[in-house]
Amino acid sequence: MSVNPSGWRPSAPAASQGSAPATVTGNRALMLEEPLLFEIGSRDQTGVDFEQADFGESRLAGLERQDLDLPGLSEPETVRHYTRLSRQNYAIDLGLFPLGSCTMKHNPRLNEKVARLPGFADVHPLQPQETVQGALMVIDRLAGWLIELTGMHAVAMSPKAGAHGELCGLLCIRTALEARGDAREVVLVPESAHGTNPATAAFCGYRVEDIPATKSGRVDLAALKARLGADVAAVMITNPNTCGLFEPDMKAISDAVHAAGGLVYCDGANFNAIVGKVRPGDLGIDAMHINLHKTFSTPHGGGGPGSGPVVLSQALAPFAPLPFVTRSNGGFRLIEEETASEEHPRSFGRMTAFHGQMGMFTRALTYMLSHGADGLAQVAEDSVVNANYLLRSLEDVLDAPFAFSGPCMHEAIFSDKGFAEGFSTIDVAKALIDEGFHPMTMYFPLVVHGAMLIEPTETESKAGLDQFIAALRSIAERARAGDESLKAAPIFAPRRRLDETLAARKPVLAYQTPAPDGAGNGFGAEFGGG
Amino acid sequence: MRYLPLSDADRSAMLDKVGAGSVDELFRDVPEEARLTGPIHGLPMHASEMAVERDMKAMAAKNVAAGDVPFFLGCGAYKHHIPASVDHLIQRGEFLTAYTPYQPEIAQGTLQVLFEFQTQVARLYGCEVANASMYDGSTACWEAIGMARRITRRKKAIVSSGLHPHYVSVCRTMAKFTGDLLDTAAPELTAETDSGRMIAAIDSETSCVVVQYPDILGRIADLTPIAEAAHAAGALLVVVNTEPVALGQIKSPGEMGADIVVGEGQAIGVGLQFGGPYVGLFATREKFVRQMPGRLAGETIDAEGKRGFVLTLSTREQHIRREKATSNICTNSGLCALAFSIHMTLLGEKGLTSLAKLNHARACEAAARLAAIPGVRLVNHAFFNEFTLELPVEARPAVHAMVEKGVLGGVSLGRLYPDEERLANGLVIAVTEAASDEDIGTLEAALKEVCQ
Repeated sequence: MSVNPSGWRPSAPAASQGSAPATVTGNRALMLEEPLLFEIGSRDQTGVDFEQADFGESRLAGLERQDLDLPGLSEPETVRHYTRLSRQNYAIDLGLFPLGSCTMKHNPRLNEKVARLPGFADVHPLQPQETVQGALMVIDRLAGWLIELTGMHAVAMSPKAGAHGELCGLLCIRTALEARGDAREVVLVPESAHGTNPATAAFCGYRVEDIPATKSGRVDLAALKARLGADVAAVMITNPNTCGLFEPDMKAISDAVHAAGGLVYCDGANFNAIVGKVRPGDLGIDAMHINLHKTFSTPHGGGGPGSGPVVLSQALAPFAPLPFVTRSNGGFRLIEEETASEEHPRSFGRMTAFHGQMGMFTRALTYMLSHGADGLAQVAEDSVVNANYLLRSLEDVLDAPFAFSGPCMHEAIFSDKGFAEGFSTIDVAKALIDEGFHPMTMYFPLVVHGAMLIEPTETESKAGLDQFIAALRSIAERARAGDESLKAAPIFAPRRRLDETLAARKPVLAYQTPAPDGAGNGFGAEFGGG
Repeated sequence: MRYLPLSDADRSAMLDKVGAGSVDELFRDVPEEARLTGPIHGLPMHASEMAVERDMKAMAAKNVAAGDVPFFLGCGAYKHHIPASVDHLIQRGEFLTAYTPYQPEIAQGTLQVLFEFQTQVARLYGCEVANASMYDGSTACWEAIGMARRITRRKKAIVSSGLHPHYVSVCRTMAKFTGDLLDTAAPELTAETDSGRMIAAIDSETSCVVVQYPDILGRIADLTPIAEAAHAAGALLVVVNTEPVALGQIKSPGEMGADIVVGEGQAIGVGLQFGGPYVGLFATREKFVRQMPGRLAGETIDAEGKRGFVLTLSTREQHIRREKATSNICTNSGLCALAFSIHMTLLGEKGLTSLAKLNHARACEAAARLAAIPGVRLVNHAFFNEFTLELPVEARPAVHAMVEKGVLGGVSLGRLYPDEERLANGLVIAVTEAASDEDIGTLEAALKEVCQ
């Protein structure tokens, strides 16, 4: 309870006009600056207590360590350090996060609760299989959902992330081709593809060639057909593609590739737009990874962990990696032994230690059970409705290169055409930060000049989208008019624009303890080494 | 449906704006014959939070949780106590629900954490620089071999027989496709590692020597002679660590001459989770940084001169370099790296050293008691918190028999090396601070019975 005996009332003093005064601490009320751990921690401080042990003779082969130099903090200091740092992050929990092709949807908290059940969180990967039947059941059930939702034949569960899933799919393809004595050298990838596609193909030993696109942003079927031949191992298609468009010729593409003896890899990054609406298996796909951290709501965590199971056609299923789960005698069995056996005579091998991202499997299955078959179709529909609403609410102020060709799927793409000289996508993005939004994906895909790829997802309300539209319309008009103040954005973020060139030219990748003479860790100092 | 904010009225107003008569019109690019007309047959409909939780809990209850029984499994994943504040902090929405920090002005939290994480990993490993994490230890191990190939322009890796067999499998799988040659062997149940074999195998074609420390049998040995032999031949030393707590007590790989140090960070802050997600650690010399895969956070300044952090040197990465990238890796293991970093901050040098000493003391105690069981031989002379026993019986059935007695009593080499009959009696036991005296006694009694 508080009282105000003086009858004081707030007023706006004239001094607060213009720039705000500096504070002694550098803090600004709730915006708190936080030093580095290495500037506040101490080698003698710790936030963990241990019981005393009886230390007998050690058996360390004379390799006792002398020096560690790791600072510690007490628990209250630790909680404050990370809480303060967290507040310098934007997050889905704070607002719209419309990064195209990233599917930043709400992360349900039931998923987090379930993943932390000791029966899932506190289970060792090498426990005897009779003690982990529930874990194997989760993998089996999630696999069943993925197979049903995609109409495919099998699924490899162990890939750790989307790019790891691409690797899995392409290794299946290469193994299948080699098994029939068919060494092919080329993988065709559209220019609009994620960078992981060509990187993965190159990693697998393939030469990468571009597939041309039509004016409406789709694969040029005639050009693709003309390029197909005995040297093409596979095509990698993202569908819906990174322009937010469905490839209407997908089945014809698959048929043509198959007729030429190749296989079809589909990048499933954008599966959210079509889950429950169409099954990739019905379009002739041979392999597709599914980002559980996109379509199935497992948290992005500031850049991972991901999870990238790969669904496979009948042609590729025999080559799937180890380990995998099978049903036997009313229970579940993990097939993990590398030596070829009748259970996996042609598997290409193991991609990772243990069995995949179990912590993501429990979350994804929880999400699927929550939505059900009906809810997942509604997810796709609402994501597409939201994206088209954005497209049509912005196309008069932002150039939408493919809007003429009809509706988009779950994301809308714009270019920087029409901006005043010297203004580009980055200025729009940084101005959005000041309006309280995370920017869209910038300058990707490469096929659209100054691309702005906006994916609202289905978990945004209409009111939230309307506010975003109003902000983006205003910023777009300022960019068209050449409003110089855009160049200063962001003004209200924890930091102004950061010097990425400096960071790359003189990399400072680890904290260097300042020398006693006061020379700092500062930039401009040459990298000092260990 | 509780996760979907649009009302029917919203949908219809939005379709009006779009100019579509129905949602179906928006899916017109999907060929009609492929379009699903109703919910996929055979899958259940949406369910309440309570019903879903009940379903998932029933499956969780079918597993034996490590914390519920005397527990002694290791071999690449370790049960350690995780302070309550770690899980609280990683669940803050600003960390949990953020994306990769591509917009640094509003991602300084994640970026500063990654910079601190990189520094912690580099210091733990005794290296100059570390990246912002990999998927896990096994994939980091393979990436290290690829990096050594790029640096030395040679393709032969000599792999210690003490490297975790799953890691060997991952490398063998990948090498089939890249053309790298791997010189591998299965371990022997001896106190000595195979450093002699490796040193003898180094030649002018060798890109790197890959050594696990402590190794799959828990053995530790000085790596300096291998480093010297590798360097003399123009090859690199890659050291793999799967138990970072050990480095609180034993010399860092960097100070023994390692050029690349990779490992699994799960033991600090992450938890067992049936094998994933974990966090791959990756560190090296500053001069090799442009050949290192994975994301990197670096220090810089903003337009007002304030210190800040950004992702840097991304010209190595797939989103810029495409088919010429150092790796196809995109995602790192951000949230697990955060958990690692928070736990390491709570520990500090003082706490990590205490934790390591406690682990080693408990392991020494357990080793002495178990080795006294008639017919049981302790293979190791030196170890940290994990050691190998040779039993008078096959270890794989012994492990299952111990489950019947309510004990999760180690990992059998029969499971890890099913084709190596000479290893069939080997049992690897990990003893951490989580194992009580009573637990060790229960294991001792169970093992004594199954060895009779």
